[in-house]
Amino acid sequence: MVDNIETDVVIVGAGPSALFTVFELGLLDIKVHLIDILPRAGGQCSELYPEKPIYDIPGHPTITGAGLIDNLLAQIEPFHPTFHFNQLVTELETLGTPEAPAFRVKTDAGATFTAKAVIVAAGGGSFQPKKPPIEGIELYEDKSVFYAVRKMEEFRDKNVIIVGGGDSALDWTLNLHPIAKRITLVHRRDDFRAAPHSVNAMRELVAAGKLDLRIGQIVGLSGDDGELSGAHFKAGKEDAVVIAAERLIPFFGLTMKLGPIADWGLNLNENLIPVDTAQFETNVPGIFAIGDINFYPGKLKLILCGFHEGSLAAQKVHRYVYPDKKLTFQYTTSSTNLQKKLGVQ
Amino acid sequence: MVHITFIDSSGEKRPVEAEEGSTVMEAAIRNSIPEITAECGGACACATCHVYVDEAFVPLTGEASPQEEDMLDFAYAVQPNSRLACQIKIGPEVEGLIVTTPARQG
Ligand SMILES: Cc1cc2nc3c(=O)[nH]c(=O)nc-3n(C[C@H](O)[C@H](O)[C@H](O)COP(=O)(O)OP(=O)(O)OC[C@H]3O[C@@H](n4cnc5c(N)ncnc54)[C@H](O)[C@@H]3O)c2cc1C
Ligand code: FES
Repeated sequence: MVDNIETDVVIVGAGPSALFTVFELGLLDIKVHLIDILPRAGGQCSELYPEKPIYDIPGHPTITGAGLIDNLLAQIEPFHPTFHFNQLVTELETLGTPEAPAFRVKTDAGATFTAKAVIVAAGGGSFQPKKPPIEGIELYEDKSVFYAVRKMEEFRDKNVIIVGGGDSALDWTLNLHPIAKRITLVHRRDDFRAAPHSVNAMRELVAAGKLDLRIGQIVGLSGDDGELSGAHFKAGKEDAVVIAAERLIPFFGLTMKLGPIADWGLNLNENLIPVDTAQFETNVPGIFAIGDINFYPGKLKLILCGFHEGSLAAQKVHRYVYPDKKLTFQYTTSSTNLQKKLGVQ
Repeated sequence: MVHITFIDSSGEKRPVEAEEGSTVMEAAIRNSIPEITAECGGACACATCHVYVDEAFVPLTGEASPQEEDMLDFAYAVQPNSRLACQIKIGPEVEGLIVTTPARQG
């Protein structure tokens, strides 16, 4: 049994909107736990365009996606937020009353949290593996087709096909190679995005006859009752041939899916969560939505809008966390109280 | 203006006019061409603007950059004439360009 974590606020997602909101909440003495399915902070900036320059962050004529996230993490350092990565928020249950809300949040890793407010900063949804367009693949999912390796034992003494040319595909080819019966790596071209040292290690195993590398695509599967027996491999214009295998791991990158958010009792408008523009609260008092996931008249999916929304939401969150305290507006430049919290006094 | 024809996976043709200097993806979005999603808005970061370039135009549209090739790994049913529409610049040399869209982008 996993212990329950009690905190002021749980933020669903750890993209740029979530990160800056930690700062605004921190100034108001509000403690935060953030949960993201990705293994790191930064949402789209980290996952989709870490090396690309962004030109419309106020005060930064240019900054890369990764650079912005590094800066945001440095900025919120004084508030010691706790990150829970590699887990999907699956459940959000409303406990308290509209005047004194409380929530229970659960993840697919078995963690549970109770909080006085929840901020949904889920962007375009959670990043989940893309599925290759192979007919009937869903019949095999979680039995013999896996989009991630959670238990290595699953692959012991099995013939395994790994599809892809990036780091995940190469890393798992190398990691599973010692325990699998035989691994076949399938990629559409003889060029790999993965780190050069893993590509070299893979090439050495192929040269030594310990690993099969096939250039082409998987176009079909055979098997019974979800138990895979072979995959249909096609190279260029040649006819497909069957490669015998009991396991298939396709790595086709990530796509954003709304996921369990649809089941949390929140109003939705075409996969977006409608909010008011004074405090960015949803139809459920105590649940807020900021950044790309929310909707209101005039909404723009820009990072700077997520920052603004988080700062305003924080004011209302303060009322739920400290119902008896009055909030006075202060500047970070001139308030010694705020500067103490930031550790600069 | 340069003329481009989009053919969808069922064979339906949609001719459009596109501005020089823009990209094939932008021409598709401006003209609400189905089967082009372009989630990342042209940053070569999503592979949801995958098209097949008509063989006659393959030499005229240039070659995919290494970064584009990397993104094409995430596209479905990739062929030798596959490109990402956001990485094809429109100039006078591609007048009459024909591209086909795949049935699935993501
Ligand atoms: C290629 C590209 C270029 C861009 N360029 C710019 C630009 O120049 N300027 C600009 O302002 N904006 C730009 N954007 C948009 C910008 O990246 C987004 O507006 C911003 O990332 C939104 O931040 P967010 O925090 O709201 O959500 P996201 O960055 O999408 O982060 C949301 C996070 O929540 C997680 N999540 C969602 N649901 C769950 C769940 N149930 N459980 C666990 N985790 C969950 C996701 O995994 C994700 O990590 C660009 C976007 C792209 C793709
Ligand atoms: S629009 Fe995303 S890669 Fe072209």
